[in-house]
Amino acid sequence: MVPLGWYMFLSMVVFTIGVFGFLSRRNIIIMFMSIELMLNAVNINLISLSHYLQDLRGQILAFFVIAVAAAEAAIGLAIVIALFRNKATVHVDEIKEMRG
Amino acid sequence: MKYYLLIPFLPLTAFIINILLGKEVLREKAHWPSILAVVGSFFITITSVLPQVTAGKIINEDLYTWIVSGTFNVTVGFLIDPLTAVMLVVVTTCASLIHIYAVGYMHGDTGYYRFFAYMSLFTFCMLMLVMANNFLQLYFGWEGVGLCSYFLIGYYFNKKSAADAGKKAFITCRFGDFGFGLGVFMIFLTFGTLYYADIFANVSSIAGKTVNFLGWNVDLPTLIALLLFAGAVGKSAQIPLHVWLPDAMEGPTPVSALIHAATMVTAGVFMVARCNPIFNLSEVAMNVVAIIGALTMFFAATIAVVQNDIKRIIAYSTCSHLGYMFLACGVGAYAAGIFHLYTHAFFKALLFLAAGSVIHAVHTNDIQEMGGLKKYMPITYAVFVIAGLSAGGFPGLSGFFSKDEIIWSAYASHSHVGKFVWILALAGAFFTPFYTFRLIFLTFHGKYRGGHHEEHHGGHGAHGEHHIHESPKVMTIPLMLLAVGAVAAGWVGIPPLLGGGAHFAEFLKPVVGHPEFHGTHAEEWGVMGLSTTLVMIGLGLSAFLYLRRTDLPEKIAEGFKPIYRILFNKYYIDELYHYTIINPTLWIANKVLVGITDAKIIEGIVNGVPGLIGKFSQQLRRVQTGLAQHYGIIMAAGAFFIIALVLLLR
Amino acid sequence: MIQELFFAYFAFAIVVLSLLVITRKNPVHSVLWMLLLFFHIASLYLFLNAEFMAAIQVIVYAGGILVLFLFVVLLMNIREEVRINKFIGAWPTSLTFAIGILVVIIMSIRSFIAAPPGIYSIDLIKQETHTKALGKLLYTEFLYPFEVASLILLVAIIGAIVLAKRRLKP
Repeated sequence: MVPLGWYMFLSMVVFTIGVFGFLSRRNIIIMFMSIELMLNAVNINLISLSHYLQDLRGQILAFFVIAVAAAEAAIGLAIVIALFRNKATVHVDEIKEMRG
Repeated sequence: MKYYLLIPFLPLTAFIINILLGKEVLREKAHWPSILAVVGSFFITITSVLPQVTAGKIINEDLYTWIVSGTFNVTVGFLIDPLTAVMLVVVTTCASLIHIYAVGYMHGDTGYYRFFAYMSLFTFCMLMLVMANNFLQLYFGWEGVGLCSYFLIGYYFNKKSAADAGKKAFITCRFGDFGFGLGVFMIFLTFGTLYYADIFANVSSIAGKTVNFLGWNVDLPTLIALLLFAGAVGKSAQIPLHVWLPDAMEGPTPVSALIHAATMVTAGVFMVARCNPIFNLSEVAMNVVAIIGALTMFFAATIAVVQNDIKRIIAYSTCSHLGYMFLACGVGAYAAGIFHLYTHAFFKALLFLAAGSVIHAVHTNDIQEMGGLKKYMPITYAVFVIAGLSAGGFPGLSGFFSKDEIIWSAYASHSHVGKFVWILALAGAFFTPFYTFRLIFLTFHGKYRGGHHEEHHGGHGAHGEHHIHESPKVMTIPLMLLAVGAVAAGWVGIPPLLGGGAHFAEFLKPVVGHPEFHGTHAEEWGVMGLSTTLVMIGLGLSAFLYLRRTDLPEKIAEGFKPIYRILFNKYYIDELYHYTIINPTLWIANKVLVGITDAKIIEGIVNGVPGLIGKFSQQLRRVQTGLAQHYGIIMAAGAFFIIALVLLLR
Repeated sequence: MIQELFFAYFAFAIVVLSLLVITRKNPVHSVLWMLLLFFHIASLYLFLNAEFMAAIQVIVYAGGILVLFLFVVLLMNIREEVRINKFIGAWPTSLTFAIGILVVIIMSIRSFIAAPPGIYSIDLIKQETHTKALGKLLYTEFLYPFEVASLILLVAIIGAIVLAKRRLKP
């Protein structure tokens, strides 16, 4: 039997990798993908906990996480397209209008 | 209803009415509230207060509790005893007559309502001062009359000299009032209360005590008395704070008559008389009072001899007579001082009002440009002569009795300085009629010297002189009433020597006590004779120099040129003050207070703090880089620190 | 033993793949590595007896979201992308704090206390298939969130169209 702790540890590592990717990549698409990475890490956590606590509610929550992640990805990418039309760049460090 | 409350509050009401409604509503009728109020106060005094006090009843009541703070109690209270009654008679009588006179004098002036408003306010403050039963109310009235004096001296505020004179009066008095304030503090510190009744009942408890004042051990009664006297020096224009009184003549003549002759300047004498239990405990203080009074009297008289401005001569005369009053108080004869205050109010107010009548007619203050006016202004001439005789101490008139009382007190008192001030008083007795009649002869006798006026008004046709006429009845009737007072007011105090009953001194005895004199009847006759002789000599010399040999004064002035110049320039005291006090103060104000504290320190803080905030926020805004990832890093850092903190605190 | 070995392989693969996702210069490569990552995560779900979730993971994430990403990646200038800097200037700071977060969270997991187990044991799920069990729960107890989720998806559809369409010239 794989101990629960290992699953949680895996989830944390993936989450950390997602945080690092989000905070340091210049390309906005990769930033979004890091967000998806973080969400997936959380899903791993939820489903493993649901398995070990024998309670299906973890999986219900993971279900909703997936649904909302899909919606968020759609809208986020729509925004990226709108932004790309205006600024012709996908590099976040060139979008500094709010500086000051 | 406590009728005596109406005495001060009627003029207060008149002030409020005039100041609020005077400019738009009342205009030329603004004199009605003031006159009705002050005449009302006069009637209440004569009909209600005076009979009660003569019957021996003393009123000491509190009206309204103002401050209650621990052991410090102050109320608005009224004390009516013989001394107050005398002052009330003086103030209300003179105020009524002068208000009526002012209707004619100030006719047509643009600030008419303002004048009467301030006169009413002044009357209110003076009455509160006189009727106070505690030191704080006295101080309130003291400051109030000083304030009204400033307003009224600077009445013609468009003239720079008038505005400056107002400031000079207030600031010079402030020096004295500072000492007076310290005196009131010392009284509270010593006695724990500010009420006359409590203080004077316990005054013997401080006899001989010493107190540590700025490192020296001084006698407590002396300290308190001298501090209180400092206020009197300022308010009553004694040396060295006399410099404001001549300049105060910039105000209208009714103001000079009321404030600077009859009432405000006498507040100092009143205060000394009121505080006589404290003064009696300190020989040093009384000697100081007597000497300052005597020196002022002599000093002011010598200056008055050579002045040419009609009002200034009378101002120095006031200064001199105030010196007489302080002289009397200083040797212990408070009743004599108050008696002189009472008679002086009449003849001095009369002198001023008559001078105002002259100025109204010839439109100049310089007596060198007058002359021969007696045929144009007979009434004014007559009352001027009566006032002059009374002021000089001519036998039979009121001034004679009061002055004589003082000279006899100076001679016969136990005071160590008694003989010295008596000599000076005799000198004063010589000079006073001399300069007063110099004024009368130069103004009314001889030939009219104001001829050059007509060169400016060439188109006056065949008139030889400027059209000079007697003043209207509204001005001459108060003059005549005051003349009656100048003659007869002193008859209540005729000394026993001459057959009178000395009613005045008897009246005041419960308040000021009776001084002990050692002197025989023969000495009294001798002193009286000596001073009367000096008065006659002064009168005669004045007549000789200014009626008969009118060329002599010029020659004497040429012959004694340095002395003449010193006297004419008032002993250069104004210049002295200017160099030693005023210039350094202005220098400090400009260089130090404006240059350093204002420009550098306060501006530094006021500009520096916003500057600092600006610089700080300039640095702080660099956190806003505009990059979402930087904000994300900060959020991650925050999350990290919070979880770490929770872990650490476990 | 076998289970632990399998888990070890999957865990290692997931970590390596996620590192690869965030460190590629070419965004198309990132997307492709991510696809592989999702498959491995789906297998992990299978290990945990959650076959429906595995299926959903592949269908929605790999089949829907990643394809969407790929389409948007087509907008970029790939030649330019592979030349220039891929990390922002402050990446050491973010690395520090990311590792810091990892450390503190691991330290706090040690005080984790598990709740008492619920009713859905493995046998129950095996008996009543996972999909049915999940469906029963979803449509009875969690009906309201289910409907709200469908509303969110509706909003996403409309929003995406509104945000991304061209301005129509009048």
